[in-house]
Amino acid sequence: MNIFFQKPPMWMRPSFLTPTILAAAVIGSAAAAELPETISFNRDIRPILSENCFQCHGFDKETREADLRLDVRESALETRNGYATIVPGNPGESELIYRIESDDEDDVMPPPDSEKSLTAHQKSLLRQWIEEGAAYEKHWAYIPPVRPAVPESGRFDNPVDAFVARRLDREGLEFSKEADARTMVRRLSFDLNGLPPEPGLVESYLRGDIPGGYEGLVDHFLNAPQFGERMAVYWLDLVRWADTMGFHSDDERRSTPYRDYVIDSFNENRPFDRFTIEQLAGDLLPDPTTSQLVASGYNRMNQVTGEGGAQPKEYRAKYMSDKTRNVASVWLGSTLMCAECHDHKFDPFTMKDFYSMAAFFADLDEPDLVSSGRRTGIFHPSIQLDPEISNQMDQIDTEIAALRESGADRNEIRKLEQKRERISMNGLWTVISKQREEPRMIRILPRGNFLDETGPLVDPAIPEFLGSISKDGRADRLDLARWLTSGENPLTSRVMVNRLWYLFFGSGLSAVLDDLGYQGEWPSHPDLLDWLAVEFMESGWDIKHMVRLLVTSSTYRQTSRVSDELMEVDAGNRLYARQSRFRLQAEFIRDTALEVSGLLTQQIGGPSARPYQPDGYWADSYKSVGVPHVYHQDTGEKLYRRGLYTFWKRTFVHPEMLTFDAPNREECVAQRPISNTPLQALVLLNDPAFVEASRVLAQTTVDQFTSPDLRLDHIYRRTLQRRPTSDERSVLLDLVKTHQAHFSANPEKARELLDVGEYPVPEHLPVTEVAAWTSAARAVLNLHETITRQ
Amino acid sequence: MTGETALNRRLFLGQAGKGLGLMALGSLLRPEMLKASIGGGIVNPLHVAPRAKRVIFLCMAGGPSHLESFDYKPELARMDGKAMPDSFTKGQPIAQLQGQTLTCRGPMTEFRPYGQNGTLVSDYFPHIAGIVDDIAVVKSMVTEQINHDPAHTFINTGSGVPGRPSMGSWLTYGLGDSSDNLPSFVVLTSVGGGQAQPIAARQWHSGFLPGKYQGVKFLSKGDPVLYISNPDGVDRSLQADVIQSINRINSLQKGVTGDPEISTRISQYEMAFQMQASVPELTDFSGEPQHIIDMYGCRPGDGSFASNCLLARRLAERNVRFIHLYHRGWDHHGNLVKDMTTASKLVDQASAALVKDLKQRGMLDDTLVVWGGEFGRTPMAQGSGRDHHIKGFTWWMAGGGVKPGISWGSTDELGYYAVQDVVHVHDFHATMMHLFGIDHKKLTFKFQGRQYRLTDVHGHVVKGLLA
Repeated sequence: MNIFFQKPPMWMRPSFLTPTILAAAVIGSAAAAELPETISFNRDIRPILSENCFQCHGFDKETREADLRLDVRESALETRNGYATIVPGNPGESELIYRIESDDEDDVMPPPDSEKSLTAHQKSLLRQWIEEGAAYEKHWAYIPPVRPAVPESGRFDNPVDAFVARRLDREGLEFSKEADARTMVRRLSFDLNGLPPEPGLVESYLRGDIPGGYEGLVDHFLNAPQFGERMAVYWLDLVRWADTMGFHSDDERRSTPYRDYVIDSFNENRPFDRFTIEQLAGDLLPDPTTSQLVASGYNRMNQVTGEGGAQPKEYRAKYMSDKTRNVASVWLGSTLMCAECHDHKFDPFTMKDFYSMAAFFADLDEPDLVSSGRRTGIFHPSIQLDPEISNQMDQIDTEIAALRESGADRNEIRKLEQKRERISMNGLWTVISKQREEPRMIRILPRGNFLDETGPLVDPAIPEFLGSISKDGRADRLDLARWLTSGENPLTSRVMVNRLWYLFFGSGLSAVLDDLGYQGEWPSHPDLLDWLAVEFMESGWDIKHMVRLLVTSSTYRQTSRVSDELMEVDAGNRLYARQSRFRLQAEFIRDTALEVSGLLTQQIGGPSARPYQPDGYWADSYKSVGVPHVYHQDTGEKLYRRGLYTFWKRTFVHPEMLTFDAPNREECVAQRPISNTPLQALVLLNDPAFVEASRVLAQTTVDQFTSPDLRLDHIYRRTLQRRPTSDERSVLLDLVKTHQAHFSANPEKARELLDVGEYPVPEHLPVTEVAAWTSAARAVLNLHETITRQ
Repeated sequence: MTGETALNRRLFLGQAGKGLGLMALGSLLRPEMLKASIGGGIVNPLHVAPRAKRVIFLCMAGGPSHLESFDYKPELARMDGKAMPDSFTKGQPIAQLQGQTLTCRGPMTEFRPYGQNGTLVSDYFPHIAGIVDDIAVVKSMVTEQINHDPAHTFINTGSGVPGRPSMGSWLTYGLGDSSDNLPSFVVLTSVGGGQAQPIAARQWHSGFLPGKYQGVKFLSKGDPVLYISNPDGVDRSLQADVIQSINRINSLQKGVTGDPEISTRISQYEMAFQMQASVPELTDFSGEPQHIIDMYGCRPGDGSFASNCLLARRLAERNVRFIHLYHRGWDHHGNLVKDMTTASKLVDQASAALVKDLKQRGMLDDTLVVWGGEFGRTPMAQGSGRDHHIKGFTWWMAGGGVKPGISWGSTDELGYYAVQDVVHVHDFHATMMHLFGIDHKKLTFKFQGRQYRLTDVHGHVVKGLLA
């Protein structure tokens, strides 16, 4: 609707006559939310304009109304038909104020049919901003971070605390007290290793037996190989790693060495810039190592199809788009994908930027539609990591070459080729990146339509407003990766430290973890975020250093208990006057049950595992050609591997994972939702994996201890690292007593319960007692406390 | 257990009441999360007067041919064997017929007029023909994705890009839980009639909406709901003891930590326990009289489409909000006559029976039934079958405020393009939302800095379909 400037002259309108009165009324109704002393454009104004105005008065020229841009000061100040949208220092003369306060349906902005509206508080902010001169600022996240001075108070050693305390002081709040020792050990253990602490650790810590005290404890967890596993869970969500190809038939795609690479990288503390470069361009490094080639498998993690009737051109476009979306989400924290069909509505990304970023991946040699690989899971280009197998294959290759040269019988050659094919299916394959001879041409697809070839061709380039890569000739993935982790890019470091913060505090300093753009959130502690971002870069992109910095802060060490008063002021814990508490992630819930029962397999890395899964869960997946998707459950040790090794089938993620909010790894996920549902209760109560873990915990308990009190103490110590309260004790001992009576009267039922899961029951144990204690163990493994990080 | 449960419930309600004030403050950060977390829907009050309370979506997965079902094209019959005019297909996306000579294929079955308006229905669907006065046949559907997987994703989420919430999730998010002891969004599948195309769990995923809005797929074998059965050796009373112990200790902990999430956890365990009783009751067909079973033509509980239709009615009676049936048997690239004979025999009678059964129970008025595939099939032959086709195809709908006994829209003379009163998938979504009392433009969720909705930035309510 282009009616912005067709209306009566200014003097005829009410707001012109009574601006002060109106303003007073507006502020009066703004209630609790106070206006700031001075306005900050980035903090106060941009979020309002972006949410409500930029869609029609912003960056996208296709949808721009009245040729007015509110994201550019010059445009907003221009005079049109006698009015200027903004007259700095004079809200009463500013068209913008008239429009947002108008009662006239034709005049009011945002227009009623936009389903957007401004609150009284927002209107007051806009008015105050114009009064103060309507200053604009460049978007905070697009300015390279500069290290701010650490607030001086002399109270804190850790800069994190100094920044957090400054804000708390301003709000008249204080840090909460430190969490108790048991909670601290559990928190660190879950946060850094994704597991409850090993037996005895809490006691050692309490006794002061850990060298280095708290810092020593932190190092203990940082140096444990489980640190890499824990961090990998997060990274694999970001890069959408899975065992299968995703679309349609969703066959297996071999790439578990990439997962191992990620685990190793975090354990070896590979600098994040190298980690980035190896994933995006490991194949382009001089004489790439095997590990670097494995890392370059990152570029192949997008979903692919082999569906009959799929148009190669369409899927090529889908793959490019997928890769581009992901790199933007993971490293830029940007919603670049919005620019696939039109210029971005909010951020300054053009369509050209989107396709120029896509062009970085145009050099990849990969099939449009996977066909033969579907049977074997080997999607070329791939490499074989088992030296035995590659030797055998090389040997056959030599033989074949020799036979060809000697002009041997074709049948003989074919036999050898078949043998090679058979052998090649074994061993350890993983997808990698490899360059084509010539990069594909990438053109802008008008409205994202792959059938439309009228758009101009583009070369690889970073988004224009962020600068350019200076290079003679065509920029490649290596240039992109280097730019991403260079000081010129304002985003990557902020994006990553913001996500690290989220992992250890429960929310990001800027809460929208995958969008630091205009529609993201002004950080709760912008100075702290920038300080951390600079620290990260200057430390040499040292992940463990950053993690240590965060978890040794007093801010981190606070209790998560919250007073009613604090809850009133800061329910979302954005000021960090306490710690947050949250449910464990799907993988760590499984890991907890396995760990406390002693079942957990101690092996880092390796192929995916297939734990118990209900029959028929894959029934609706593909099975008419290729590999029928039958779930072949593992046995023995592989049944008890950590959750991150569970076979990740994108179309049917293991139900325990899915129920506890794990993503299907089709798109980048920076923050999993946390739900609380009856289906979760059913998993913990009835999934054989959890019943078996309870049963095995009961077995060792009954085996090692005789008195009911000691038995219960043992279960609590293993699971919760504390003693039961007397109330808890009476609840659970009553339960055991009742069930002991029941199972003694029905020993066959006890036997049935003990038969859940394949882990053996030692012959000498009393069946009914173990069954009764299994009930107690089930109860404890189901407790809210067991699955909560406090 | 009952007394204890009641106690826990009182405890829970009391605490929830207290906790509400706290949550209300949290809502300053994410108001949409707050409204969703207290059980009701976020759309309150409804935007318009609702007509439907629940929907049963009979998805004919694979894409049934509109040209052999409800869209009779005599001109296509005349053109049989002749070249498909270039003017239709030039520059259009084509699936398996890429690069091949395109030849017209006339209807491979007979059509006859039925009902008060003489609606044409093919011989494959004699039972549906019997209910044409109760249904609206929409002959002008169009979609945007031409391969099965993304096409289902598009029908379900309004986008070909994975990761968005499905329509069942949107509806339950908007309207809240509808059933005390069953999930609000249930999915059932069946096979038969040609190669069974896969259906991914993504199709009922809640995307970026909270996980509780995810659909629950019932399995056709074993436990209908995953992990609904007690562990071996554990009967209902033992299970009750365990749950009671869990809830008691959780309440004790709530006293220590004050964590409001514990109250929710307690109530979820109670609901889980109730579901463990209500699901077996739901799937126990022993109370269904023989004449009803005969009407559907099924062996109850055998996992067939017909049995799923009967189960769908039972779910509807228990107020499940979104009931999504997939019959995976309609991808007829070749052998169309043989496979369509099989698929229609498995589907026709029960689809009609479901509508009749709902009607005789007075439930059709507020139950929307939708029947259709993720796309239709080409007027061009592909051997003895037809290829995927997205530019015009047919669905039908019944009940829930849809005008009965009408045909809506049409395709061109060859059944290629929808040309009149076109109903895009986005329009269907908008219309369905409207029937539930929701303005599709107003039900949004902010994700990655943007307000998303089921209809993206599209969709118009098809007024002509409203009763």
